[in-house]
This record gives sequence, C-alpha cells and structure tokens, in this order.
Amino acid sequence: MLLVYCPYCQVERPETEFSCRGQAHIARPSDPAEVTDEGWVEYLYMRDNTKGVYAERWRHIHGCGRFFNAVRHTVSDDFLKFYKAGEPMPDLDELAKEAGK
Amino acid sequence: MSQPFRTEKGGRIDRGEQLTFTFDGEEMQGHKGDTLASALLANGVHLVGRSFKYHRPRGIVTAGSEEPNALVGVYRKGDQTPNLRATQVEVYQGLEAISQNRFPSLGFDVGAVNDLLSPLFPAGFYYKTFMWPKAFWDRVYEPVIRAAAGLGKPPKNPDHDTYGNIYAHCDVLVAGSGPAGLAAAVAAAETGAKVILCDEQAEFGGSLLSDENATIDGKTPIEWVQETIAKLASMDNVTLLSRTTAFGYFAHNYIALAERVTEHLSDPDPKLPRERLWQVRAKEVVIASGAIERPIVFPENDRPGILLADAGRTYLNRYGVKVGNKVLVATACDTAWQAAFDLADHGVDVVAIADLRETPPENLVAIAQARGIRVEAGCVVTGTLGRKRVKAALLGRLMTSGQVASAGQVACDAILMSGGWTPTVSLYSQSRGKVVWDEAVGAYVPGKSVQNERSAGAAKGLYGLQATLEDGYAAGEAAANAAIGKEAKVTYAAASGGEAGQGAVLGALPHDRNASRVKAFVDYQNDVTAKDIKLAAREGMQSIEHIKRYTTTGMATDQGRLSNMNALSIASGALEKPIVDVGLTTFRLPYTPTTFGLFAGVARGDHFDPVRKTPSHDWVVANGGVYEDVGQWKRTWYFPKSGEDMHAAVARECATVRKSVGLFDASTLGKIEVVGPDAAEFLERMYTNPWKKLAPGRCRYGLLLNDAGFIVDDGVIGRLADDRFHVTTTTGGAPSVFATMEDYLQTEWPDLDVWITSTTEQYAVAAVQGPKAREVIAPFIEGIDLSAEAFPHMSVKEGTFCGVPCRLFRISFTGELGFEINVPRRHGKMMWETLAGEIEKHNGTAYGTETMHVLRAEKGYIIVGQDTDGTVTPQDAGMTWAIGKKKHDFVGKRGLERPDLVAENRKQFVGLLTKDPKVKLEEGAQITVAQNPATGTPAEGHVTSSYYSPAMGRTIALAIVKNGHALHGKSLYVPMPDGGIEVEVTSPIFFDKEGARLNV
Repeated sequence: MLLVYCPYCQVERPETEFSCRGQAHIARPSDPAEVTDEGWVEYLYMRDNTKGVYAERWRHIHGCGRFFNAVRHTVSDDFLKFYKAGEPMPDLDELAKEAGK
Repeated sequence: MSQPFRTEKGGRIDRGEQLTFTFDGEEMQGHKGDTLASALLANGVHLVGRSFKYHRPRGIVTAGSEEPNALVGVYRKGDQTPNLRATQVEVYQGLEAISQNRFPSLGFDVGAVNDLLSPLFPAGFYYKTFMWPKAFWDRVYEPVIRAAAGLGKPPKNPDHDTYGNIYAHCDVLVAGSGPAGLAAAVAAAETGAKVILCDEQAEFGGSLLSDENATIDGKTPIEWVQETIAKLASMDNVTLLSRTTAFGYFAHNYIALAERVTEHLSDPDPKLPRERLWQVRAKEVVIASGAIERPIVFPENDRPGILLADAGRTYLNRYGVKVGNKVLVATACDTAWQAAFDLADHGVDVVAIADLRETPPENLVAIAQARGIRVEAGCVVTGTLGRKRVKAALLGRLMTSGQVASAGQVACDAILMSGGWTPTVSLYSQSRGKVVWDEAVGAYVPGKSVQNERSAGAAKGLYGLQATLEDGYAAGEAAANAAIGKEAKVTYAAASGGEAGQGAVLGALPHDRNASRVKAFVDYQNDVTAKDIKLAAREGMQSIEHIKRYTTTGMATDQGRLSNMNALSIASGALEKPIVDVGLTTFRLPYTPTTFGLFAGVARGDHFDPVRKTPSHDWVVANGGVYEDVGQWKRTWYFPKSGEDMHAAVARECATVRKSVGLFDASTLGKIEVVGPDAAEFLERMYTNPWKKLAPGRCRYGLLLNDAGFIVDDGVIGRLADDRFHVTTTTGGAPSVFATMEDYLQTEWPDLDVWITSTTEQYAVAAVQGPKAREVIAPFIEGIDLSAEAFPHMSVKEGTFCGVPCRLFRISFTGELGFEINVPRRHGKMMWETLAGEIEKHNGTAYGTETMHVLRAEKGYIIVGQDTDGTVTPQDAGMTWAIGKKKHDFVGKRGLERPDLVAENRKQFVGLLTKDPKVKLEEGAQITVAQNPATGTPAEGHVTSSYYSPAMGRTIALAIVKNGHALHGKSLYVPMPDGGIEVEVTSPIFFDKEGARLNV
C-alpha cells in the first residue's frame, strides 16, 4: 500500500485515504467550441502510459477532499514530488535525475 | 516404552510437563515445547503422509516452515484445519491431528497404485492426456481430477474463530531472530529507535537454538539468546513478536505479519483471536531470514526417515529427539558433519558419513575417526530401500571417469542429507529487489535494495556465527541510523565455533541405476523428479517459468525454497545453459500459507459491508415489505398483502397509486447542496439545462453528461434562493456525481465561488404520489399554500411538516400529482409513520421500487443505467428538450458534436408493444429485423425495461433500437429460443401522453 502525502493537509497517509485520478495537467479546453473533433478526442481519451516518471492527479477523498498532483515513478512506485492543483508541472526529467531513476 | 527416541536430557522442551496428543487416533506423549513433528519423531513415527501424485509414503524432512511432506489436519472447535505443517504445529494437551491424502489409511493407501503406474504420469500429464473428446471434460475428466486433487480436506463449517488486526509503525523492523536478527535488533534498539522483532517460530533464537557447541561471549548460544531477549523485552522501544511470520513485503516498506495467537494453546482465552494481522509501516527493514538446507537429489531420496542434516541436528539439540538409531549422513557440505558428531555424542550409531567430495576437510575426518565414525569420501547415495521407513542405503563410488561404481549397501533407519545452503531471499524478492547469482556462495543472493531494507547474515549468503553476528549488528546500526539518524553504541558479541561450512552440490547426483526406473525427487510436495525436469526441457520448455508450470516444480507451499536451486541446476544441465541464464522464478507472497481469516479480519457477516437503511426500515419490516439490495442500501421492493405474490402486489400498488395515492421512500436518492454566488453559473456549466433564469421556488429536471456527450446521471434540481440549489441524483450515482462536481469545481473552474455539500444522509424523503396526494399531505404541512395555482408542478418551497422544517417539492416520477417531502433525517420515521397512517384513510398504499419502475415506464421516463448504458446521448434518449439551446458550453456539449454522435443509425430510445399483449419480453433481449435471424446476425438493439402495465392492461417495454425514432409503427422481432416475438415500435410514453394528470 502506497504512502501518499497530501500537500493541503501536509500529512503522509496510506493510499486507502486517496483516489488516483489519472494523468495530471490535462486541462479542459477553455472554449470547447473552438476545438477540432480530433482535438476533443485527444482531450477525452488520449493519455500517456509512461514507464518511468509520471505526473498524475490524486484526491484526498477520505480526508480534505482536495485534488492535488503527484509525480510517481511507475516502475518503483516511488513518489518524487507532491504539489497542489494549479501549480505548474515540474520538470520530470530533472526530478528523475535528482532521484537517480 | 513411551517416546523411545527421546534423549536422556537436553533440549528446549519441558520434560516435566507430559502432554497427550493423538495422530490418526493413536494416543502418544510429547512435552511442552515440542512441535507435532518432534513429538512424532520422539515416538518413532516418520511416516506422516502420502505424496500428492504418486501417493508415496512420506516422512518429516525439515524442522521448519518449509516442510514439504508433513502436512497434517488438526481438529479444533469441532472442525479440522488442513495442510498445517507438523513442523510448526505446537503440541498441546489433547491435540488431535490426522494424516492426509490416504485412503483408507496411512499404512495402506489404494492411491499408491499411482506410483506403480507412474510411467503413465509424466510431466505435462494433464496437458497430454485430457485433451479429447471435448464432452469428456465435464463428465469424466473434471470430476476424476477434482476427486484426486488437493491434499487435505477443506473444513466443512463456517470459521468459528475470530481474527484481529493491528496497524503498527516502527523505525526498524527485523524479520528473523537468529544470530543476525538478534544482533540487528540489539544494535537498532540501543539507538532508541522503535524496533519490532518478529520470528515465525515459537521461540526466538533461530539456528542458535540448535547449536550446542558454539559459544558467544563465553556463554552457550541458548544463554546468550535468553539474555539478549530479556534485555530487548525490558526496553520500551522494542516490540517482540514470536509465532509471527512476515509473509508479505509491499510498496513503501509496508509489511504484513501474521501472528498466531492462540492456536498453540489447549484452552485459550475465548476473547483472544486465533491470529492477528499486523500491518506494519517500517522506516527501515532488516531481513534476517537465514538460509535453509538443500536436499540432495539421489534416487529414492523421499523415503520416510530421510531428513535434512540440520533438521536432524535441530531435533536432537532443540527437541531432544533422535531421528533414528542407525543414521547415515550423506553430504556435500561441512555442516552436516557437525550433525553427525552431535548424534554420535548422544549415543546414536552413525553408520557412515558419505561425502561426495573426494577430500573432505582433514580436521572433520579426524574428529569423525576419533568418534569411530566410518568416513566414505567421493561417495554418493545411489538408492534406498524400505517402504514405509528407510532401512538401507545403496552407496556408490564416484569414479574419475564420471561413472559411479557400486560401493555396497549400508543398513540404516535414517539418512541425514545436506547439499549445502540456500539463502532465503523471499522477502527481499517480494520487496521487488532482483536477486543476483553469487558464484562464490553458489546461490542467488539479494542484489540492490529497491526499498528501505537490507538483508543480514545467512539471508545474503554470509555464513559462520561470528560473521553473521557482526553483519547483524552492522545492519541494525545502519538501519537505525537511516531511520532516525542516530549512531549505535553497542559492543559486538564475540563468538567461537559455528564456523561457516564449505562445500555444496546442486542438481541430481550421478548413480549406477537404471535411469528410467528410479525416481529422484526435486520437489517433494508436488512429486516432481529430476526426470520430469529433463523431460520438460526435452519437450521444448526453455524458460524456468515454463518448466515450473509444466512440471509444477517450485509451486508447492514453500514456493520452491527447498527445491528451486536443484531444479534450476537440472534445467541448466538439460538446456546446456549456465544457471544464471535459466533465470529464477519470483518469490511471491505469502511467505508461508496464510489463512483467509487473517485477511478477512472482522470484515465478515454484518461487518463485511455497511448496510444503509432508510427511516422507513422498521415500519417496512413490521408490515411485511420485501427488500432488494441497491448497492449498500436496503430498498423496499414491494409490499405484499397476505396471499399476494410479487406480480399481484405490484399490480395492486400500481393501480392504487393511479386511482388514489401511494407512499414511497425516496430517501436513498442522492442529494447535493450547491451554494454560493456562482451556484447557478456552476450548474449551468455542469448540466445540459439552463439554470440562470430558473426562479427561486421552482425546480427543473437536470440531465448530466460526461464530456464525451453521454448521459451519466439525472435528477430534479430545485432553486431555494438565488445562491442555493437542492440537487438530487440517482441513488447509485450520488458519490460519482459529487466527485465529478468537486473535480470540475476544484480543477477546471477554481474561480467559481461555490460550495457543494453531500446531504444524502441529512434528509429523509417521502414521495406521496397519486390524485389524492394533496389531501394526504395537507393536514401536516404548514407555511406552504398547496393550491395548484400557488404551488404548481415543478415547485419547491420550505415550510414545516408536523412542525418540523421541511423542503417540499412538487414533482413526479409517476406521472401523477406528486410531492416529495424532505425532513431532517431524525424525523424521517415520524414522517413515514404519519403518512402511512394517513394514506390508509384514502385507501392508498405504500409502494416499493418495482411499482416505481412500472409507473415511470408507463410514462417513458428513463432510468439512467437501465435504459442508458453510457453510450446514450440526449438525442438518442429523445431528450433534446433538456438541452439549453442558447448555452455556449456545458459538460458534454462539445462531445455531442462529435461525428459519431451526430451520425445516422444511432440506437435510440423507443417503446415496444408485443403483438400479443400478454407476452412480456425479457430485459436484455436482442431485437432484430428478421423473425428468425441466422446465427451471427447483428442486433438492431435490445430491450432495456419490460413490465406488465396495469394502467395499460397489457405488457409494455422500453428499448434502444437503431434509428428507433423513425421506426414508430413498424414491426421488429425479439428472437427467443421458442421463436421470434413480434413487437411494434412506439413512443416510449404509453400513459397520459399529454401529462394532464400532473397538472391538477
């Protein structure tokens, strides 16, 4: 069971308090009417399936209820960073290098 | 004489306490401190079971949890637990154990014919034999295989025992309490770190409990263990857990321990659980799981009386039991010589030490000669005699040519064997570490750590008492330092004796026998021989993973801890590849078999899943209502009067609602309070419908899509004030709708000033539906003018019900005049009972979900998830009226414009009327154009809802059908086994198409 850190509560808690909501930084287009059919399908369905360092959304669903983001190595399950929703995506390559992954 | 194989003195047993137990009904004696295995051996019993496939007589091989043969059933609380390892079962007064896999008895077993027929059962036997004819699978093969499969018999009764659960945190978890584990625990504990030390055995000390020769700090190993444990026990920062197996190593240093709390007791405190699951989050882990000895693969190496050398030494020194009177030691490793010396010192006749090495160490040979023990160097065992107990061994001389020459026969009643040692890397492997081949050790050892763990001592291939202790101290210090940043100040204990042994052998030994006639076992529990592995390689299995599955080697309960290295070596030879290229199968959890009860804990029976009850629950039970489970909710299905079946009850309930009035518990519907200056804007973006112009006091049906454009939920939303909405959702959709709203609010539109709160549990809801609904509620409502003019259909107002604050909705899911009254949950029972009494006066009825379904189907109202399946759009459902045409955006709007969603030939929501009004269609049935379509014809759609409609006096159905909206009036067919049923496609609204009954 993973240990997840909630950047809002600022506590580490077991995975069962959280739900993982897939890839992070997929923003809903601000004006969907302007988006092409292909663009909309891209937004709806296309996700990376990274072997390695991956930014994903988590929600502290049985805690504060807030959504936040985490960078996780999908092979080792090591978390490299937790950050609040709205904060920019960190440089994943840089994080991977720091962690020696 | 009782216990003829018990030594005069010594060992860790309590000779003062004599215990009586039975094995297969025969009464025997043992002592406190005995395992069932040691007690049986003390009574001279080696034959304890029959093997899985060939039903060969089998005896105790080991003294630990890796025991492959001595699997027994133990009776407790009126039922038996199968497949317990006799080496782990502790003897208590009155223990009842039975042998397994034998019929009619252990001594005479008809299944043993399999052994004679063994040429018929080679590796891959199942795959080769049970292939055809296909029809034989159900009636012949499977029943026969099932009858023959398995070892023990499963218990017949529900589990009487209880199981506990503890969450624990520590700085350092030490798994294993041999010299390395104890040293690590001491070193870590001295820093002040919070330490948990666990060991699967009843007593701490591991291999030290079997060692009578070494000294540590001038003390005997036992004394040192006792002092060390006493010291650890006195420290507040240390938790000692014996009888506790670390069976699973998960991500982020999460380790599961199984503590056996009461199973070793004759008369345990009934308040205590049988086992306790420890879920430990450790900052650092020291794996001190030791090493286990390897059997030697020689012909007939499976007879009762043939044990591992270290097991023989353990039975002697720890339990005071001689494994035999005339013992042959067959070895490739120095350590077995010590077993021989210890036995000789206890008066056992060691008939010979047969060491396959040409020149065993001179010092050992000298000690043997001093004791008068015959030493045979360059000598192997080439076979054994004796059916239920070994009675002689055939010896062979290894020639320089590689051939083996017979070296005669030696009489014995036990053989101790040692092929060397294999580090126990299971926990390391479970931590996702990759083992590496160490040529010097001749074994796989832990490689790089991927989690915060380190192996210590024999678990990483380091042998010898002094070295193991030092490595343990160092590991404990390093772990504590990593966990809490403190240096240890512990003085290392100094050991003498217990030197590391040299020498090892892997794989099958050469012999002078007819190779096609003899069996040399690699995996005892699964009856896999060296021949089977060679055959698998010959038949094309290249990977050890394939060989494992084809032969089942290493698939026993010890996961191959005993057998893997020999199997690998044989495979390596057969495939002509070095061992490292053959690979090693992964060790998975659990480390040893673990009960289901331990995992289930208290989550069983009523505690398995929460039950959600509505305020009408007690009234419904008292009035004979029938429940259905809707998720965790108990919802009333129907209310039968005496003599009524479901059909009659539902027909009566439906007719009563349409004629007078009905009462329905709608408390399970999801409710979400949406509040804030931007509440209307938020709903405008979430739902298809327009909300900004909805006046306070009015409600509207809301349709929720996902951004792909498909219907995911619906419900009525009432506006209570400019900045406050009462949203309802489907019963099942409540959590996901709430989560979706939070998601958009937090991550897409954080600028909106809106708060949402789930209020599903805060309100009890009674739906009063029917022409007399107004009369029923009027006496109890205050503060709201209920007249049709002041409070028309789709209104909401706050008032009181019997003086209790309420939110009153005028809405309908039946097509009748209807009200839904929301009161604080604690008043729900009062409300229900008040209304139930009142409807009696109007000849009304309480009704359940089935009637609710029929009534709404008569009106063509969809149920999301029943009439829709996640691929239905508002257009498909005929609900374009629910879409705010002027809205620039809402969740799903862009999705609805996707080419696939505006294409022709989409399946659309329609009604179906069977040509014969009595015929009721099956929900889920396919719909076709032809009456009797050819097999493989694609369906045009399917039936989503089907009922008998009292209002229509006939059956009705709802369906989604390709181009359905254009097919009204056309005939289609629903093919069934008895032939296609003709149906007419209609509007889904069957009853009161104008909606006149709503507006009264």
